[in-house]
Order: sequence, then structure tokens, then C-alpha cells
Amino acid sequence: MAYTSNGATIDADEEGYLIDINQWNEDLAGQIAKDEGIAMSPEHWEVVNFLREYYSEYQIAPAVRVLTKAIAKKMGPDKGNNKYLYELFPYGPGKQACKIAGLPKPTGCV
Amino acid sequence: MAAPFETPVLGDVDERRIPALKPGAMAASKPYVAAAAHQEPLGFPAVLADGWEAEAVSHMGELLGKYRSLQVFMDACVKCGACTDKCHYFLGTADPKNMPVARADLFRSVYRRYFTPAGKLFPSLVGARDMTKDVLDEWYNYFHQCSQCRRCSVFCPMGIDTAEISMAARDVMDRIGQGQKYCNEIIGKVHKIGNNLGLPAPALLDTLEGLEEDILDETGVAVKLPVDVAGAEVLLVTPSADFFAEPHVLGLIGYAKVFHAAGVSWTLSTKASEAGNFGMFIGNYEQMRKISLRIREAAQELGVKRIIFGECGHAWRVAYSFLNTLAGPWDFLDSRYPVPQHILEFTSDLIRRKGIKLDKSGNDGMVLTVHDSCNVARGARMGDKPGGQFTIPREVIRASVPKLVDMHPDTICEKTFCCGGGGGLLTDELLELRVKGSAPRMEALKAVVEREGVTHMAAMCAICKAQFTKILPYFGHDREMVVSVHQLVSNAIILGDND
Repeated sequence: MAYTSNGATIDADEEGYLIDINQWNEDLAGQIAKDEGIAMSPEHWEVVNFLREYYSEYQIAPAVRVLTKAIAKKMGPDKGNNKYLYELFPYGPGKQACKIAGLPKPTGCV
Repeated sequence: MAAPFETPVLGDVDERRIPALKPGAMAASKPYVAAAAHQEPLGFPAVLADGWEAEAVSHMGELLGKYRSLQVFMDACVKCGACTDKCHYFLGTADPKNMPVARADLFRSVYRRYFTPAGKLFPSLVGARDMTKDVLDEWYNYFHQCSQCRRCSVFCPMGIDTAEISMAARDVMDRIGQGQKYCNEIIGKVHKIGNNLGLPAPALLDTLEGLEEDILDETGVAVKLPVDVAGAEVLLVTPSADFFAEPHVLGLIGYAKVFHAAGVSWTLSTKASEAGNFGMFIGNYEQMRKISLRIREAAQELGVKRIIFGECGHAWRVAYSFLNTLAGPWDFLDSRYPVPQHILEFTSDLIRRKGIKLDKSGNDGMVLTVHDSCNVARGARMGDKPGGQFTIPREVIRASVPKLVDMHPDTICEKTFCCGGGGGLLTDELLELRVKGSAPRMEALKAVVEREGVTHMAAMCAICKAQFTKILPYFGHDREMVVSVHQLVSNAIILGDND
């Protein structure tokens, strides 16, 4: 499949994960989120931005626990937990937030 | 996201109903086909090319010659029907092609056409079929509705193992250019990066450092998660999901605490940072071997004396049953210990010898049941007594929690039901199959929740843990109801003062 963003065609795989992470932009993130039934709030952006920062350093999405700890630091301990992340991204923070952030889908037994 | 579907209504575990047949109910269910980028690194053709039909038949012939078992499975079925209501995917979907005998017949019909005199001469009289694209697509869809759990084989009076037939079919499909994306992409990552997740070494080190901080914060004890430490006694090989996902990571913390409390030096390896071996799921011996050899190399490079496997079902089957032929001989390891050893064997031995101390109050308020993983239950063993793979995990859980109850006897031990996501099917596009296939397990779970007040279900396999985390909410349970066995040990173990 493919998205159209700012007049450009952006390729994605069968499930909507971007083929090339460099083609990501904020407008596109909003569009992917909408397809997933999510309206992006500042809290969603905190997660998405952290995922992108971590990915640019390590070439992989952060482990769930690394993410919850980072969110606790940024947004307070009451939000640094799995339940809160599932409220933001009901299909699972690992996969749904990665898709919106333009990251590849985590593979394996996760 | 997957198309909407109905979550099965659960019945009574004491009187499991055989569903009214719904022919074709799952005919359209299939995983994404591997692209060239997933096929080629494994040495498989990029796409189906002209002449694939003859290629497929030739590969079938090769497998029939190589594996006598496969030949026997083709000829031995007497259509007695004992397997028909034993598969979780049949029970959950009511699609008659998910009866194990029907699934095997997809392969058997082609076998008859090309490898038996009657099928060559009178194909229509003996249910023999030509290898056509329609047949191939049917293979693709229904051999990816088998989690290779082998429950049907427990009930087959002829000993036919449908898992092995499903592996053979997948191997043939890979070798003609119609592989499955989920498995093949993952195997590619193992070769390129070292694990199923594609977790590079710097990310692994960062993650483990974070876990050490967490354990120190929680317990005040500096429990280490060492990596690539030459000269360590034990190499721990564990599924990469243990570094990444919940509740897997809580199990990993448990292993680390056990090693710490026992005073045994251990290490993880960045080269063998994955226990899983998806080469088995795709039935490809060469891939299985290549993936296994990483463990041998890591063990030799680090100079360890023992290899211990973490909580991963199919990895334990490969390790226990095949590792010696795949990557042996293991004469450089300490022969006083099992080669390889399961972390549950290691922990249960320590519990018996009082090498570690557990305080059940660490799991106060929890009532446990345990899900036997198919590959542990039916593809391997633990300890030195028959049935050790059932008693050892229960022994460890009982020592860690106030109460453990078993689910219905028809759904545990050698008759355990698959979680619904095993065998290379733990992928989002198969969610409907996964939810429906989990129904028999959910039915048994519901009964112990209602009758015994069970609050949590322990699992000893990364796939089971991920699958249950995903599907439990469909049946009204909290996703955190599934726990790692070593998560329970982790909550109960006494650190620091072990005198």
C-alpha cells in the first residue's frame, strides 16, 4: 500500500508500515494515526517522538520497559506504565506507536 | 488491522462440543507471502517461476526419501477419524479442512498423484490431485493454520505427526518461491543481526543496563545481566522477546536473580542473542542447522562450560531433541550437566538442594494455573524422569506461589492445547485464526477462574506469552493475567542473605 502526503507518494508494506523511515513526516503520522482510529494528542506525540529518537540511535524500537521508563521521566510516574500506553495506543504501544512513528514493525515473539 | 470477526462463545470444558461444520470458513485466512527481500537471503527463489509445479514434486520426492517418517505418514492413515476433533483450530473455526486428517490429505493427495501407482493411473479414484496453483494456494492457507503443536498426533493410533507434514509442505513452498513473510523475515534478521527481533548489540546492552538499574531500585541488590563475558560458567540462550516484551522481561529478571542467588557465573551472548529457531517452523533443515550453529560458536568463543535455555517452547524442542545432531558434538562442555539444560531444570534443582530460598508471600493474592507449551509438552522433556516436563515447571511454580491449580485434564500435559499462536503464526494478519484457535485453552481457563478463583496463568514460552497478552482481552481477561514462570520465582526469591 501507499500513502499520499504533501503531494508525494510514500510506500508502505501490506500493513501500513513505511518502507523508508526517512519519508516520515508529522502530517503523515497524523494520517496513519487516523487510519488506526487515533487522534494525536501531545501525549501521543511524546511517545512517537521518543520512539524516533531511540530508533535513530539504536536502529530498533525501544523495549516496552525502556519506553515506559522514558515516558515516566517525561510525563510523570503515573503515566510510565503499560496500562497508560495501551490507553494511548489500544492495539499495543509496541506495534501501533511504531507504525505511526514510521518505524518498522517489531518482529519475533512479541 | 485485521477485518472484524466474532470471538468464539466459550462452552463447558467438561462437555466440549464438536462444532457443526462450516466448510470454507477459513478458506481466505492466510499470512502475507514473503517478498523477494525475505526469500533471497535464505537462498529461496524470489517468486514462483515457470516450472514450479515440477520443482514442487521433485522437492516432495526428496523429502520423502530423506524422512522415512514422512513416507509412513503418507501411507499409514486409515481415516479412522480419531484426530478430527483434536485440533484447536478446527474446534475454534469449525472449518473441516482444519481437521488434521483433512490438512494432511492436502499433501497426501499430491503425494498419491506422483508417487503411487494407483494415483498415477487412476487419480480420481484414489483422491489424487495434480500440483496446480489452486492446490498450492490451499496448501499455503491451510498449512499456515497448523501451529505444529502435535496434539492430534497424541490421539492418532497410527502415530501420524501432522506437524511434520506441515513442515514438509512449508519447506516445499519456500523452495519454489512461495514462502511466508513472518517466518522468513525473522530468520533473515537472525542471520544479519543475531536475533528474531533485529535487536543490535548496542540496543541489547542499553536494555540490559536499564534492567540492572530496575532490579537495584526494587531490591537494593546489584543483580547483573552480563553479556559476552568470556570464561563464564553458563551461557544463557533465551528468546529475544525476553529483552523486549512484557511479561517476558519479568522472566529474564527472574533468571538473573536465580543465577545471582546461586552464585553461578553466567553470560548472555550478542552472537546467540536468540533461543528461537524458526528454521523448525518452516521445516528447513539447513536453516535450522545454521541458526543452531551460532550457539555452538558463541559457546566456544566464550569458553563456557554449560548452556542453559530460557523460557522458549520450540527452542527447547530443537535444543533437547535435535541440538546434538544439528550442532554437536558438545564434548567441550562439562559432561556432569545436561547438554543443554533448561532454566527450569536449573532452578528446580536449586530449589531441591536449597541452593536458593523462596518466599511465597512475594506472590500473595495470586492463584495460578499453568499452560503447558506444546513444544515442551510433546516435543521434549525435562529432568531425568518421564513426564519431567510437566512436573518440573509445576514444582517451581508451587515453590513460588501460595496456590497452583491445574486446568481440565484433557487440556494439560501431553494433551495440552496450543496457545493459538505457535508454529510461526504469531502475526497480526492471522489474528482471527489466533483468537479462534485459542478458544479451547480459554474454555479451560474460564472453568478454573470460575471454580477455583484462578487469577493468573503461567507460561514457559515466548510465543505463548505474546499470544495470550494479545488475545486474553477478547475473552474478558486482563492482558497481564499471563505471567512468566520465572516472574513468579523473581517475586519470591530471597536475595542477599542465602545462608
